[in-house]
Amino acid sequence: MPSAASAPVVSRGLFHWLMLASGLVILAFIVLPLYQMVTAPSPAMMWKTLQDKEVMASIWLSVWTSSAAAGIAFVFGTPLAYLLARTTFPGKRLVESIIDLPIMIPHPVVGIAMLTLAGRNHAMGRALQEMGVRIMGTETGIVAVLLFVGLPFYVNTAKAGFEAVPRRLENVSRSLGAGRGATFVRVTTPLAWRHMLAGIIMCAARAVSEFGAIVIVAYHPMIAPVLMYERFTAYGLAYSQPVAVWLIVVCLVLFLLLRLVSLPREKAS
Amino acid sequence: MIELDGVRIEVPGFAVADACLRIERGEFFCLLGHTGSGKSLLLEAIAGLMPTAAGRILLEGRDVTRLPPERRGIGIVYQDSALFPHLNVQRNIRYGLRHHGQSLAQARPRLDRIMDLLDLKRLGRRSVTHLSGGERQRVALARALAVQPSVLLLDEPLTALDPNFREEVRRALKDLHREMGLTFLMVTHDFAEALYLAGRVAVIQGGCIRQVGATEEVFRHPATPEVAAFLGMRNIFAARFANGSARFQGLECPLTLDGPARDGFLALRPEDVAVSRTPPAGNGWTAYTGRVDQLLNLGFQFEVTVLVGKAVFTSFVTQRDLLDMGLREGDEVSVAFDPVRAHAM
Repeated sequence: MPSAASAPVVSRGLFHWLMLASGLVILAFIVLPLYQMVTAPSPAMMWKTLQDKEVMASIWLSVWTSSAAAGIAFVFGTPLAYLLARTTFPGKRLVESIIDLPIMIPHPVVGIAMLTLAGRNHAMGRALQEMGVRIMGTETGIVAVLLFVGLPFYVNTAKAGFEAVPRRLENVSRSLGAGRGATFVRVTTPLAWRHMLAGIIMCAARAVSEFGAIVIVAYHPMIAPVLMYERFTAYGLAYSQPVAVWLIVVCLVLFLLLRLVSLPREKAS
Repeated sequence: MIELDGVRIEVPGFAVADACLRIERGEFFCLLGHTGSGKSLLLEAIAGLMPTAAGRILLEGRDVTRLPPERRGIGIVYQDSALFPHLNVQRNIRYGLRHHGQSLAQARPRLDRIMDLLDLKRLGRRSVTHLSGGERQRVALARALAVQPSVLLLDEPLTALDPNFREEVRRALKDLHREMGLTFLMVTHDFAEALYLAGRVAVIQGGCIRQVGATEEVFRHPATPEVAAFLGMRNIFAARFANGSARFQGLECPLTLDGPARDGFLALRPEDVAVSRTPPAGNGWTAYTGRVDQLLNLGFQFEVTVLVGKAVFTSFVTQRDLLDMGLREGDEVSVAFDPVRAHAM
């Protein structure tokens, strides 16, 4: 008698093996270049890079500007995400498309657009400069660009989280005397925080990887991708690799965090 | 007390029109209707979760039409319990206290009583994700009652439950209503639930309230053929009432109605129609001879369809009676009923 642990009764056909082979090719395509790059620099080189103040400053700048962008996306994106999840209104599709725009637009275009708005030829640019806010070549500019490219990732993820909270729970909360605000704090947020956190991390991860818009708005101060590019053009591949590896380490930590929080909760005891 | 005064609710492709209803304080009232009849819309409008296009809603004499749900003083229990999954049983039940300016110490005697009534004491700190359907529904009831609503709204509270849990929650509802003296408004599609629980019912169809009355009264005397069909009447015939008899489909039965001759409907419950080999004699019943068209096994009983000319009669016959008679499709039989049971509309 066949046991439950025996091989499946139905043999897997050609279709299955074709799918598997094609999947493996794609995986290799992603993993191979990264593996090559990570293993290329010698440990000594890695250590030397770690002591390079310019490198560390750029990675730190990348990390904090991306985190700041994610924080701002959280504060200002949450209300919009909630509105989009809970209300229907004419033009909602349009608003959703606008949110997605930063994903579609070529990155240098983002940089040029930001500079256009912040320049002296634009009323808003003049107003900003009068307030002492400068975009070109400043950390403010970097954060603004990173926020621009990262926002869709936060808003869309948080929106999905809010949509997953049954409206009935909010209805019950209100019938029990809690207003809209209290309901949002006591019911909606505790049930959607995983999505919100995942959105923050995705937004930050996207921001860390931005290059095209940043080189236009702020070549200096140098974030890690720009420094890498500079090392590559000035000294060659071997000098840009260690910087890349250290940035990858940072990104990996971010993504591990993302995977961890989006895992389903352990069974409550 | 709940008063609806010409309430109109509009959603895309559907409207509840001109709903007027008065539910007295302490009543157990059922709003009956099929899925999509508008009964849940009406409930949500009373709760303040659905905007009204016209009319007024009064709770305890207070106009709440424009008030948000949190200021209406209502409790709501949904079919799926809608417990807060991130809070344990106790925290679910205490959820509303702080919004009513009550400390736990003040509310404790009341909460203890409610939890006693609903047999929830031992669940206290359990996670709500591991409760049975019946337990979930009892927690939802306790949570709604904890804030002392003036009205408890129940949206099909028994529908999603297994039959054994259904009985448990049904009894809990009946006990609660008796003990707490609150106004209960329950929405359901199941007339049996209403018969067991409600003092009065309203039948809503296609967004219109068709009939309001004491449960027994509506059950015995449905006002329209549609209401009769909803209440399980199967033998509904267009009829003409005149000279102490009803004529329908070429048949006639004695029936005395007040007033002049008129056209209407005659209805009979399947359980009031008897099928036999020979017509019953000497009991004043009306009997016709027909042919068995179909035998449908319903489990404990059979649904027997008999054709008398063009008229189709439906009757329920127990399995045993069916075997005793040796009934088969195509057999000639007698269908009989007590004219007193015939219902004129």
